[in-house]
Amino acid sequence: MKPLHELTIAEIQLLLQQKQFSSREITGHFLDRIAQQNSIYNCYISVDNDGALNAADAADKAIATGANGPLLGVPFAHKDIFCTQGVKTTCGSKMLDNFIPPYDATVVAKMKAEGAVMLGKTNMDEFAMGSSNETSYFGSVKNPWDLETVPGGSSGGSAAAVAARLAPAATGTDTGGSIRQPAALCGITGLKPTYGRVSRYGMIAFASSLDQAGPMTRTAEDAAILLNSMSGFDAKDSTCTDIAVPDYTATLNQSIKGLKIGIPKEYFDERLDATMAATVQTALAELEKLGAILVDIELPNSALSVPAYYVIAPAEASSNLSRFDGVRYGYRCDNPKDLEDLYTRTRTEGFGEEVKRRILVGAYALSAGYYDAYYRKAQQVRRLIKQDFVSAFEKVDIIAGPTSPSPAFKFGEKGDDPVAMYLEDIYTIAVNLAGLPAMSLPAGTMNNMPVGLQLVGNYFAEQQLLNTAHQFQTVTDWHHQSPVTE
Amino acid sequence: MQWETVIGLEVHVQLSTQSKIFSGSSTAFGAAPNTQADVVDLALPGTLPVANLQAFKSAIMFGLAIDAEIGKESVFERKNYFYPDLPKGYQTTQLEKPIVGLGYISIPTAVEGEIKQVRIHHAHLEEDAGKSLHEDFHGMTGIDLNRAGTPLIEIVSEPDMRSSAEAIAFLKKVHAIVTYLGISDGDMSQGSLRCDANVSIRPMGEEKLGTRTEIKNLNSFRFIERAIHVEVDRQIDLLESGGVIKQETRLYDSDKNETRSMRSKEEANDYRYFPCPDLLPVIIDDQTIEELRAIMPELPEQKLQRFQEQFSLSAYDASILTEQRSIAEFFETATTHCGDAKLSANWVMGELSGYLNKHDLTIEQSPVSAEQLGALIGRIKDNTISGKIAKQVFEAMCSNEGSADEIIEAKGLKQVSDSGAIEAMVDEVINNSPDQVAQYRAAEPDKRKKLIGFFVGQIMKASKGQANPGQVNQILAKKLNA
Repeated sequence: MKPLHELTIAEIQLLLQQKQFSSREITGHFLDRIAQQNSIYNCYISVDNDGALNAADAADKAIATGANGPLLGVPFAHKDIFCTQGVKTTCGSKMLDNFIPPYDATVVAKMKAEGAVMLGKTNMDEFAMGSSNETSYFGSVKNPWDLETVPGGSSGGSAAAVAARLAPAATGTDTGGSIRQPAALCGITGLKPTYGRVSRYGMIAFASSLDQAGPMTRTAEDAAILLNSMSGFDAKDSTCTDIAVPDYTATLNQSIKGLKIGIPKEYFDERLDATMAATVQTALAELEKLGAILVDIELPNSALSVPAYYVIAPAEASSNLSRFDGVRYGYRCDNPKDLEDLYTRTRTEGFGEEVKRRILVGAYALSAGYYDAYYRKAQQVRRLIKQDFVSAFEKVDIIAGPTSPSPAFKFGEKGDDPVAMYLEDIYTIAVNLAGLPAMSLPAGTMNNMPVGLQLVGNYFAEQQLLNTAHQFQTVTDWHHQSPVTE
Repeated sequence: MQWETVIGLEVHVQLSTQSKIFSGSSTAFGAAPNTQADVVDLALPGTLPVANLQAFKSAIMFGLAIDAEIGKESVFERKNYFYPDLPKGYQTTQLEKPIVGLGYISIPTAVEGEIKQVRIHHAHLEEDAGKSLHEDFHGMTGIDLNRAGTPLIEIVSEPDMRSSAEAIAFLKKVHAIVTYLGISDGDMSQGSLRCDANVSIRPMGEEKLGTRTEIKNLNSFRFIERAIHVEVDRQIDLLESGGVIKQETRLYDSDKNETRSMRSKEEANDYRYFPCPDLLPVIIDDQTIEELRAIMPELPEQKLQRFQEQFSLSAYDASILTEQRSIAEFFETATTHCGDAKLSANWVMGELSGYLNKHDLTIEQSPVSAEQLGALIGRIKDNTISGKIAKQVFEAMCSNEGSADEIIEAKGLKQVSDSGAIEAMVDEVINNSPDQVAQYRAAEPDKRKKLIGFFVGQIMKASKGQANPGQVNQILAKKLNA
């Protein structure tokens, strides 16, 4: 048998049922690894040893009485953006360094109900604002493939934990690429579902109209297992869609013969590094070999997605983050002189630079006299971008391209230039603006660093995406490559 | 110079839904601080609002009551500002696409019988804030979030009112409509109905509106009236002494009876409104509107009309009785129990309201129920007691001495209608008053009516008020004229 930390969740579930090991054993194994190695990668903000072992024991008891379930007794990690009752939830910020939620996010409650075992909470860019994990108050996460490079962001802790085998799987959230880009940079599989597929209740909001939670796993099959659990209508989230959840694992083995894959020319223009382009082309050729048909398409408004996003997301964030005022919970400055001072110093001291930058940008975009020029205009652009995809999906089933313009970059490389950092999401952002589902798959390497292939599906076509991804993974082994030797 | 007052009102009405507008917490008034605030009301990270459809139904019913257009697509927006009792740092409200569009509310004017239509610019749904408590915290401020998230409709009028009396009439009408609809308890003392007044003046005959000031948070009819008066006086003094009115928000201080500046237009917040991304637009279909139209209760105007037609009441009586739904219902119940609308109207507007006013009670707190009052009036109508004795019985009923019949029985107040007994009393008075009898008989017939009063008075006195006055008159006339 492979070492326990090399198992996928599909394998863990099977072996738990076969009583090859107990949930306590594999949970303990991961807790030991985290204790030994988290200081290297800094991918966990909190580790819930007692909670994890208790949940593992409960799962073992259930299994002993014949219970079965795809996540029963399976260890995993939650991004520290999901509220977990009784377990500190920081969202990567000093502002919430002392915040212990009295309630579970819907995603957390669902996975708990299935007997999944939460190991801990993973590091992230502060309030999910960042593409390198450098904005976390708790220090940046190291990319397990090269400790000098970033893991991507904002779900960098989740991506690194899975890549470093400090968790078999993790949850993430994606507002502009925060699942897919770190998945690409860390060589794992990440899925951002259709907006409305997964409840946002209890997920600390960055930009409400764009945020969506999804699985970060080693394989497409694991992503399907996790998505089965995470998805579904939730009456507590008005933007959650009431559409039945199919069994995402049921269709993984279908043939993709005849599948039409659109290749947007805008994603392969001169701005994409030639080696990156070649790597992605090689991956696309694999899909062609499986019977897929590659079709050239256009997404003419692609170039507008970054500017539109950097108006809409900060605008929503500026309002969403107003509740962090030092009055009811979270950080409060010492000895406030008066109300004004309480607000000003709490927010000055509690938020990091990138968060403050986005609050300012967002407040400006919404302010009297600028609303039409910025926010309203950005919403109009958003409709055009969505329309581009709607038109494209009349011709093709899936759209493919690179997940990020380059593999993982060095720490500090883009730290001084917010716009360079924002361009890191150039291929992922349009998907959020349109509300579509998309995945990133390990698809090769460049300079020994992982490269991600992005697949974008039509609305609620997660089944097709996962099927395509799984088929790709039956003929490639990039997803099995590991940066760690022990 | 003759000045004309121009007033527009923004009325906030708390809707009496079971739960809050975006959470499942109770909206009941008076609970211990923060016991009715859940994770959503506290704006804990990650929590999301879910719109309460009952609040929409209430708002639509209000819209139908004022003949307004109903917004088919209703959008919530965020009004961003910081305040300790505003947990999210924004108020969820409506701006560009409110639930209720242009409508009308008619009010009586100073001219008897004249009705005026006040235009309603729109009415929108929004959430109430919590309360900041500045006392009992030793220099600190306490926050009570029980009220946070209580559904409100804000009714915004056009500047169509020309006096404080019209403003009060407008508010009373709003109060009547929302309580008739049953969508609010309308209790101003608990803040269920509050208002801001936009006040300006202009030279009589001028069309252009003057610069307005907004007087905040007026929570009683009396304060609204006084606040408008002092603000109009202030504006007139200012303009007549060569000053200019500044557009600003002013606060009414009821202790000093003055308004004072809160913040100027320049200091006003930039609220950075934008559509709330956590709430999808609410689509109201025609079927919903028609279903609500079908269950609309009788409105004040309809009741006023019906009372005049069905009960032959004067327009004045009918308007007094229909001003409050509870009074109208009290009157109607009493009438059903006694079968005499005119008597019932007189009693409700007379004795009953006199008693309630004197003891500072609302009609809901009346010690005598509508059924009980109806039973009492019934005893006047069937000549068991006279109207005068009835007042005595009513007093006793108010002191909880029993039902009308029990009191009449216990106190022996039954009217004497035995004609033999009355004749005996009449004979005695005639025999004892020879001078008055002579005077009466010598008088012209048209003067006699006045003179007969003396004899009636004597007999009523002798009978302790219990002789049937009709019979007394009849027998007296017969004997004196014999």
